[in-house]
Amino acid sequence: MESDKITLLVTKYFEGQTTLAEEIVLKDYFSSSDIASNLVQYQPLFAYLSNTSKQKFEQNLPLFKSKNNPIKWLSIAASVVVLLGIGFYTFKDYSSPKATTELGTYDDPQVAFEETQKALALLSNHVNVGIESVRYVETYEVTRDKIFILEN
Amino acid sequence: MNQNEFLQVIAPFKDKVFRLAKRLLVSTEEAEDATQEVLVKLWNKNESLNGYSSVEAFAMSITKNYCLDQLKSKRTTNLQIVHSNYTDRQPSLQQQVEDTDSLNWVEKIINELPEQQRLIIQMRDIEQYEFSEIAQILEMNETAIRVALSRARKTIREFMTKTHHYGIG
Repeated sequence: MESDKITLLVTKYFEGQTTLAEEIVLKDYFSSSDIASNLVQYQPLFAYLSNTSKQKFEQNLPLFKSKNNPIKWLSIAASVVVLLGIGFYTFKDYSSPKATTELGTYDDPQVAFEETQKALALLSNHVNVGIESVRYVETYEVTRDKIFILEN
Repeated sequence: MNQNEFLQVIAPFKDKVFRLAKRLLVSTEEAEDATQEVLVKLWNKNESLNGYSSVEAFAMSITKNYCLDQLKSKRTTNLQIVHSNYTDRQPSLQQQVEDTDSLNWVEKIINELPEQQRLIIQMRDIEQYEFSEIAQILEMNETAIRVALSRARKTIREFMTKTHHYGIG
């Protein structure tokens, strides 16, 4: 009786007309030990179908590893340090002339006079160096006078 | 969606994704790679996932497309060499031992079906999806799926009765 029902279900199964519930009945029937001799040939098929759904995906997901990648954070930290270093030095260079409150003022007139003289001497020294090279121009004038003396 | 929520969402179907990939790609390693790839794709779509009525169906159809692409690219890039020229035509001893196991026979038969039928057998007979869900994943109508399923089941039956009576008649 039971096997008649199952035979009918098997026929329906191969026509693709069974519902999920009926297919579960079939799988249960074929996983039991007493299977009618005319149905035994289908046993491996249903046993396989019920067994395969036990396979599992065991691998770890790589999804979140990249999020906490230490090398990434290390490179970010390194670039921050480099940027800070560059920023610090450039800031220091620009700010150092502003930061000095020393304006070259002196309280004692005598010292102020000496310092002024020193500064002027330095200036005139440099001017003299400049004039030194202009001296050559005078040589030109001497030569010109020698050549064009008749014109005068 | 944060990581924990995402892991909870994928927990019920990540094994199904793996099994579907394995059904199409056959090799376990490739199926694992494919599963990771699919889950990464899902994670990247994280923001828009709530918009899908069934994330599972969406994941299954990504898996299907990814695996079919894989198979296609393998077919075009690899040289098709017919090994029968220089390999032993007899199945290896290992193979012969395995073949005596009828469960492996069933697996072999299923894996020789056309891809479409393999997908349908996998989703209906192993993962027990309703026809409407399969229709959504494969973008086919239900009648066509029933027909393909019936065809696949009959092919399996044919091969099985052949092996079952092998050596008797």
